[in-house]
Amino acid sequence: MERTPRPLPGSVDDVLALLAEGRYVADRSLATALFLSLRLSRPLFLEGEVGVGKTEVAKVLASALGRRLLRLQCYEGLDLATAAYEWDYARQMLEIRVAEAAHESGREAIERGLFSERFLVKRPLLQALEPDPAGPPVLLIDELDRTDEPFEAFLLEVLSDFQLSIPELGTVRAAAPPLVVVTSNRTREVHDALKRRCFYAWIDYPDAERELAILRAKVPEAAERLAREVVGFVQRLRAKDLFKLPGIAETLDWTQALIALDRTALDPQAVEGTLGVLLKYQDDIARIRGGEAEALLREAAAGAGGR
Amino acid sequence: MSEGGQLPARVLHFARALRAAGLPIGPGRVLTAVEAAAEVGLSRRDDLYWALHAVLVSRAEDRALFDQAFRLAWREPEALPPGLELLLSHSPLPSPRPAPLRRVAEALSPSRALPAAPPRAVEVDAVLAWSEREQLRTRDFEQLSAAEVREAERAVARLRLPLPELPVRRMRPDPAGVRVDQRATLRQAVRAGPDAIPLRWRSPSRRPPAVVALCDVSGSMARYSRMLLRFLHALTRSRAQVHSFTFGTRLTPVTRHLRHRDVDAALAAVGRAVPDWEGGTRIGPCLREFNLRWSRRLLSQGAVVLLMTDGLDRSEGADLAAETARLRRSCRRLVWLNPLLRFQGFEPRAAGVRAILPNVDEHRPVHSLDSLERLAEALSAPRRGGRRATSARPTAP
Repeated sequence: MERTPRPLPGSVDDVLALLAEGRYVADRSLATALFLSLRLSRPLFLEGEVGVGKTEVAKVLASALGRRLLRLQCYEGLDLATAAYEWDYARQMLEIRVAEAAHESGREAIERGLFSERFLVKRPLLQALEPDPAGPPVLLIDELDRTDEPFEAFLLEVLSDFQLSIPELGTVRAAAPPLVVVTSNRTREVHDALKRRCFYAWIDYPDAERELAILRAKVPEAAERLAREVVGFVQRLRAKDLFKLPGIAETLDWTQALIALDRTALDPQAVEGTLGVLLKYQDDIARIRGGEAEALLREAAAGAGGR
Repeated sequence: MSEGGQLPARVLHFARALRAAGLPIGPGRVLTAVEAAAEVGLSRRDDLYWALHAVLVSRAEDRALFDQAFRLAWREPEALPPGLELLLSHSPLPSPRPAPLRRVAEALSPSRALPAAPPRAVEVDAVLAWSEREQLRTRDFEQLSAAEVREAERAVARLRLPLPELPVRRMRPDPAGVRVDQRATLRQAVRAGPDAIPLRWRSPSRRPPAVVALCDVSGSMARYSRMLLRFLHALTRSRAQVHSFTFGTRLTPVTRHLRHRDVDAALAAVGRAVPDWEGGTRIGPCLREFNLRWSRRLLSQGAVVLLMTDGLDRSEGADLAAETARLRRSCRRLVWLNPLLRFQGFEPRAAGVRAILPNVDEHRPVHSLDSLERLAEALSAPRRGGRRATSARPTAP
């Protein structure tokens, strides 16, 4: 990927333009929060339902600014060794053997040699603190709600002071703070102490107009009528009482699936066959399939034609 | 910009009003808010809105409150309008003036919100002898006198629920562990010298599972729900990660109310929060509400769900079966605590009971102290068979 470093945007409108370049259609609330986060060097905390484009923000930001993207995918039990750093034990053992063979003495010297940067395996959090010629990298901490509280507590130090302490080596401090984007699907409430250090933005499902704009930007090959009908259908589907509402990611996937089936407009048969792309729970599919889908389809077609 | 100098003061005022309305805003956030407001300036109202939003809001639930407050506070270039005071009455926090404790209130006037046990004709002495206490353990909550209820309540408050802990991927040092702790071993090797490398061990650490309790407070459960809420209060105080809901005709989260240290104050708060106390039962819709709105947030990390109900449902059965099944699929273990199960000849005849029964992992009685204690034992014992028993058979009381 080609990277050309760029200065940070100077206003909310610049942020909107920057994201639009990366084919990300943001609303003003997200752009304002992102603008503040860039200006005041604090993390951006994104919350919202699954598939509304939280992770995408960081990716687009990195490529548009020409910065490196470091991604830390969270999961339960995530520990320091995978998130921040680890010592290369095998090489350290070897080093001890070499030192012994060379009859080196002085435990102190050996120990100093062993715990030096040479043997340090750097993971995303530590990498994010290192200087980069293109400018500080974008650090994406994805799905923070999947980890446990101890890890959140550890993250506090990194995110508030942009420093990390390694007992054997000392404290590593970032010369310039990285651009941090934290996302959460809200399967658990993240602790307030962490949120307090961030700018918060809630990403909602987009309205019809913005969803159409996103669809046009992301799937330009979709026929105009198809795009309108898809958006109309999905928007109406979100008003239904479903277990899992379709996100933007599903809208895009669905449109691509319909294009692969050579459709330029929605028809009952195509909807029936591809409903699984849109809905991910069997109960929801069973509810919508058949009569309900046809009714939605008629409404969507009428809405798309009327505009 | 003429009012540039006034901006910090107004932001300050606004943040303070939001804090009074219950948003967690400390002084650090207020400073950031001032900074953020200066950064976007006053040229666009919506920019100011979202800038303050990004700083002062940190929970999705607070968005509506923020919106309301902003519209009031930044309507005109004046000081905060007096209308903002109205917000304070919507405050989700308990009012600063402590309400008189339930037991005090009850002494003055019996209230309908949280029914105390009606006094029996024969009152026994408040301090029970040992043999009486022994009797109390197996007596049905429904048949206790007022004094016995108090005694039982004290016993309930001492109950604990030692659920088996879940393994976590995180490791901790453990001399009897199964994996080599490379970092500790290496440090030891440097210190010990060239002859030998003493190994250090570690093993996965464990954590207690979350508990989610759904307690039926409808009319048919009245006698038991009071005792069960006390049990939940004791549970909430003794372990982390307990989430409680009550339901009758609607689902009400009561976790926050039960956190109150004093059990009477906690139950009074629950009584105020629950609108459908001793009303009808619509288990299916309530479970549906839980599945839609709460299950993803509370059940993602291996929670045990305690469903406390007699299964006597006013709404029809089909929905209830599907919702119970969904609930079971999304949690680690679904335990049905049913006070009606005390009867030896309990047969699942009611439609509601028949709908729930095949969809739970375990079905246990909760009608006496003894059964509550045995519940604690049963839940802490290693699971019989696999992860799911194929059908939960009622356990004889």
